[in-house]
Amino acid sequence: MKIKTLENIEIIRDRKESSINPRKFIVWLFIATIVMLFAALTSAYLVKQGEGNWLHFEIPDMFWVTSVVIILSSISMQFAYISAKKDNISWIRGCLLITMVLGLAFLAGQYLSWGELVRQDVFFVGNPAGSFIYVLTGLHAVHLISGIIFLAIVLYSAFKYRIHAKNLNSLEMSVTYWHFLGGLWLYLFFFLKIYH
Amino acid sequence: MGKAKLEDKNQNISVEDHGAEHDHDHHQSFITKYIFSTDHKTIAKQYLITGIFWAFIGGMLSVIFRLQLGFPDMELEWLRPLLGKWITETGKLDPEFYLALVTMHGTIMVFFVLTAGLSGTFSNFLIPLQIGARDMASGFMNMLSYWFFFASSVVMFFSLFIETGPASGGWVVYPPLSALPQAISGSGLGMTLWLIAMALFIASTLLGGINYITTIINLRTEGMSFTRLPLTIWAFLLTAILGLLSFPVLFAAALLLIFDRSFGTSFFLSEIFINGEALPNIGGSPILYQHLFWFLGHPEVYIVILPAFGITSEIIATNSRKPIFGYRAMIGSLLAITVLSFLVWAHHMFVSGLNPFLGSVFVLFTLIIAIPSAVKVFNYLTTLWRGNIVFTPAMLFSIGLVSFFISGGLTGIFLGNSAIDIQLHDTYFVVAHFHLVMGSAAFFGMMAGVYHWFPKMFGRMMDARMGYVHFWLTFIGIYLVFFPMHYLGIAGFPRRYYSFTNFDAFNIFTDLNSFISVAAILTFAAQLVFAFNFFYSIFRGRLAPLNPWRSNTLEWTTPRFLGHGNWPGEIPKVYRWPYDYSKPGAREDFIPQNVPLSVTPESNLPSEKEKVDAENRRTKEKSVNEK
Ligand code: HEM
Ligand SMILES: [Cu+2]
Repeated sequence: MKIKTLENIEIIRDRKESSINPRKFIVWLFIATIVMLFAALTSAYLVKQGEGNWLHFEIPDMFWVTSVVIILSSISMQFAYISAKKDNISWIRGCLLITMVLGLAFLAGQYLSWGELVRQDVFFVGNPAGSFIYVLTGLHAVHLISGIIFLAIVLYSAFKYRIHAKNLNSLEMSVTYWHFLGGLWLYLFFFLKIYH
Repeated sequence: MGKAKLEDKNQNISVEDHGAEHDHDHHQSFITKYIFSTDHKTIAKQYLITGIFWAFIGGMLSVIFRLQLGFPDMELEWLRPLLGKWITETGKLDPEFYLALVTMHGTIMVFFVLTAGLSGTFSNFLIPLQIGARDMASGFMNMLSYWFFFASSVVMFFSLFIETGPASGGWVVYPPLSALPQAISGSGLGMTLWLIAMALFIASTLLGGINYITTIINLRTEGMSFTRLPLTIWAFLLTAILGLLSFPVLFAAALLLIFDRSFGTSFFLSEIFINGEALPNIGGSPILYQHLFWFLGHPEVYIVILPAFGITSEIIATNSRKPIFGYRAMIGSLLAITVLSFLVWAHHMFVSGLNPFLGSVFVLFTLIIAIPSAVKVFNYLTTLWRGNIVFTPAMLFSIGLVSFFISGGLTGIFLGNSAIDIQLHDTYFVVAHFHLVMGSAAFFGMMAGVYHWFPKMFGRMMDARMGYVHFWLTFIGIYLVFFPMHYLGIAGFPRRYYSFTNFDAFNIFTDLNSFISVAAILTFAAQLVFAFNFFYSIFRGRLAPLNPWRSNTLEWTTPRFLGHGNWPGEIPKVYRWPYDYSKPGAREDFIPQNVPLSVTPESNLPSEKEKVDAENRRTKEKSVNEK
């Protein structure tokens, strides 16, 4: 009887593992909704700009710095993943910590760039050209905060020895999300550079 | 007995193959079983009952404004206990509250009844049961989805009762009207609550939709390939994809509107004078809002109708005792509608000052979307054609859907031409169009679904005779209400007007308007028959047979009262498509999906015979090898 039960479990496992892990799939779908959100906002930006009455100002130079920071954070995130595959526990923790610090540094940088805008007399309230920058960066920051929270949860399980080569799912999901947020920022940055 | 006590670690469900009727529920408290449940079937019922509640509220609001339109001189003092100060001193309905009624009616019906009540109920209920899964991919997210909807409902309901009244800018809440609290009283707190409720609603829809898609793609049982999926599942999948891609855009619109309202930005506002005072806002554009809104708004109308299509496809095939005509064409047209519905939004904006050349692009796409719609209608009719039709209440409602979709769809082709739409826009012609093609059709799809799957939901039957009464009263009533509106619209009668008695041109329609109002009130009253039948049958209905409609899909292989996990034993495997009705040579006029080809040699097609032979050869070789 025991044996029978085990067999049944195996059958279920086999089937489950042949398809994609549903939870990873959920992350991808969640990413799709964020893509649509920003697609909507950036198209709205273009439509509004096309209608004229558009304020011209300099895109903060700080964005260059934050872009580099977020690229670095993605690299260290990727290293965390590689070390997890190699079961290098202390490296996982180190890399995740670095990613997290870089993520926070990015947020601080974005905040400073708002200061640059204010110095040019571009405020949240005023011409939509300025308001849009605040909305785009702010909304991205909100998502980045959610990424950091996710990262913190993964980091916690890394300290509990729950992340290793045989248990990569949650790390993989947070890596996917993090790279996406980095890519999203680069998209926004170049978008703003080109259309301002 | 008791041999296969099978622990499915992934879903935390253990099921015994004896005692089918009582697996596991004794572990659950009342709260986890009926309130914060993660069982897709319970969540579906929660959606359904909340949806029915909202449908009655929405219907009641429409009865009140129909009283005003049909009987403008009527003394409404008797409504004061309900409406309080919204009845003026002279016993009339307050004009601004009239706008609030129209707005809330639209919002409630489109979002709370026909989106949450329809998709929420049937996607949740049918997806796991028809694809052969124990539950949704994430029961927790599913629960969260319902409770976000619930929170949204509470906020929206609360907004009906506040001092300044609920939102009043129409269900589309166009700025600047909706953006400026000083514009009308409904743009004050009521509008803020509307936006909060919608933000919660969007979160709920996204959580639900993500779950539906993941479940359909990842948790199908063995043998359930995409070309064996019932059309219901195809429709739910595409509906969820539409929602996933369009609701974030509505969220963007709502967010910018919130900033304009509460933080003083000017995304949608520019150069406005109000009460002689110039507002500081410069540089925004209200048209921008319309683009964002209709980018959701048009897909939204398909989010409403596609699940109804799926439900009726299933019911019409089952009750015609025939395979659905053009299964692949049905899938193809669903896909075409899904893609095209993102390319037609500006047909709602022909008179907004849109560039006329751009307008003609949208005319083109709009008219193209009529083709897949026509394919669906054609296939429904050909499925019915020479079928052995069984007129269950669900079947009647499904046929009703087809009728409404034809009569409402035809007027869509008029409206899709910008040259005619300039005359008809914002008249009762549009009201007639969308109430038939979307409102009534989707409502009938929902009713069809309730009558058809009630036995699976509650293990009991609804009373069929009351069902017939409900159907005929509603079907005739709806045509009496909406058909005359075409004439009003062609005559130029504008929608959302409180009163028309001051316009000479419209005075001749007083009788027609009274007629419509009477019909509307009677149709609304007919819904009480349904409500009684529904709630009475939950407790007192006749116990349902296992497969009352002799249907092929997997949900009918489950026990009458099913616990969490759906199948007491192993999940059935699938060997054929769901439409083997009246297959030539078969013993019965239906062959469920879980019946292997090898046990139906008498009805197998040549290609299926080959498959069985190949399978036999393989097992023979295997046993020889083992020896
Ligand atoms: C044959 C296909 C269809 C065409 C060509 C079509 C065309 C149109 C057009 C051009 C309008 C704008 C009218 C105006 O405001 O001036 C409109 C309004 C509307 N249509 Fe359709 N339609 C079609 C099918 C549908 C379907 C299937 C649904 C829903 C299931 C639907 C729901 C609506 C709604 C809700 C509105 C009014 C929105 C509002 O202004 O409040 N239509 N339709
Ligand atoms: Cu449309």
